[in-house]
Amino acid sequence: MKLRTLKRHFREGFKNSWRNSWMTIASIGAVTTTLILVATFLVLLLNINHIADSLENDVEIKVLVDLTATEEEREAIGEELESMSIIETVVFSSREQELENLKSSLGEDGDVFGIFDDQENPLDDAYIVKLTDPQQTVPVAEEIATIPKVSEVNYGEDFVQDLFNFNNYARNIGLVLIIALVFTAIFLISNTIKITIFARRKEIEIMKLVGATNWFIRWPFFVEGLLLGILGSVIPIAALVTGYYYLDQNIETVNQFDFITLLPFSPFVWQVSGLILLIGAVIGIWGSVMSVRKFLKV
Amino acid sequence: MIKMQNVKKTYPNGVQALNGIDLQIDPGEFVYLVGQSGAGKSTFTKLIFREETATSGEIYVSGKDLTKMKRRDVPYLRREIGVVYQDFKLLPKMTIYENVAFALEVVEETPRNMRKRVMEVLDQVGLKNKARFIPDELSGGEQQRVAIARAIANYPKLLIADEPTGNLDPDTSWEIMKILEEINASGTTIIMATHSKEIVNTIKRRVIAIEDGLIVRDQHRGDYGYEA
Ligand SMILES: Nc1ncnc2c1ncn2[C@@H]1O[C@H](COP(=O)(O)OP(=O)(O)OP(=O)(O)O)[C@@H](O)[C@H]1O
Ligand SMILES: [Mg+2]
Repeated sequence: MKLRTLKRHFREGFKNSWRNSWMTIASIGAVTTTLILVATFLVLLLNINHIADSLENDVEIKVLVDLTATEEEREAIGEELESMSIIETVVFSSREQELENLKSSLGEDGDVFGIFDDQENPLDDAYIVKLTDPQQTVPVAEEIATIPKVSEVNYGEDFVQDLFNFNNYARNIGLVLIIALVFTAIFLISNTIKITIFARRKEIEIMKLVGATNWFIRWPFFVEGLLLGILGSVIPIAALVTGYYYLDQNIETVNQFDFITLLPFSPFVWQVSGLILLIGAVIGIWGSVMSVRKFLKV
Repeated sequence: MIKMQNVKKTYPNGVQALNGIDLQIDPGEFVYLVGQSGAGKSTFTKLIFREETATSGEIYVSGKDLTKMKRRDVPYLRREIGVVYQDFKLLPKMTIYENVAFALEVVEETPRNMRKRVMEVLDQVGLKNKARFIPDELSGGEQQRVAIARAIANYPKLLIADEPTGNLDPDTSWEIMKILEEINASGTTIIMATHSKEIVNTIKRRVIAIEDGLIVRDQHRGDYGYEA
């Protein structure tokens, strides 16, 4: 295609959007609504994912060593753990340390444990293990439990499983919703533009008579769709940037749990904005180009 | 120019419009298609222009096998064929100039050549001075001349006219015929479907009569042959 022809297609695309202004506004409205919803879902999903990721990385397996184990047996457990490729780090924590940790984690209430001296310490020696892939926690824990003289394997099983499940659910449901929204918008736009094509039908018919290729006819619609998509993403992107900025600034004051951190404003917001613009363009172009399809069959 | 072998066309609704057409039209010929309403004349022209596809049989247009032609090649076939219809098919919001330029824009002609060629063909049909008018400001005959100018703008080797004088009064019809004859004289093959006894019997050319989807007569310098 020659540059001059490309210019012509852009001119025609803009002209058509201007001439059918109510259609343009309706379509932009559809894109805007969709993208606001999509942006909201994206922000929620990606942050849930982020939080789940950071929690996942905090997941540890605590391997308790049987009280009757000899020193060699205890070290054998450590070596066995070290040799497992899925295990990233193995840290030994003696029963004395464990007691200290327990006391300090309970703050003032921890003083009640002061009554135990070393002989009466009810805790076991432990290995604290982190995995390269936290999703494998459950099977790995089961495997560790079979090592001799391991008395117990703890990893807060229910919590871990729930977390993984929730994260996967949220991701799948979110994706399905986003895809459904995008297709609804494409359908809406295609039907809105189709109404105006009836007026342009004769023009398309004549273009076909004089030997226009289908792409020659489609191009102005492509441009029009692109325009609708871009204009439709202006408000959602503005809302996303200001909304997320506000959230980012104020989250600390309401956030009670330090393990919940949002994705940092930059570059996250810019990446999502880019994605929103891209989705908007795809919706607009797809909807617009689809709307001419029926009229090209002659 | 055109060759058909046992061409049949059945529309999806079951109407058998053509029932086995065999013919050959040579370059430079002027052919009238006659026959009663519903005989299959328009269907015949649509097959050549590939607006419709044949149900069976073979069609060659300027060496191209239309039965094997891919859809994306159809536009290039159409650029070699000009078409003129009874209802002109002009775009009402565009000027006469723009209506003709349209055909050249589609083939990505350069602006300079486009201007030159548009004025050339408008001159050929005698409407150079009305380039800035819109179709509604022109008479029916003038509008048909614009349609002819558009049809020949791309130097087609073949011009198909489906009842080009169908909506025009006799005087205007003769003007149109004069232009078509000139175009034919310059070497363009013309196929014209018509119901005009006067034209066919006065300007004597090859006549192909179609009845119920079959060629019943093919005569050089023939008559209309029906009571009008
Ligand atoms: N698109 C179509 N779908 C179904 N049937 C059609 C279609 N076009 C034409 N026909 C039928 O095919 C037959 C031939 O029609 P065609 O238009 O070729 O006749 P014609 O000779 O051009 O008639 P006229 O002189 O009135 O223009 C008619 O019976 C008509 O009803
Ligand atoms: Mg007809």
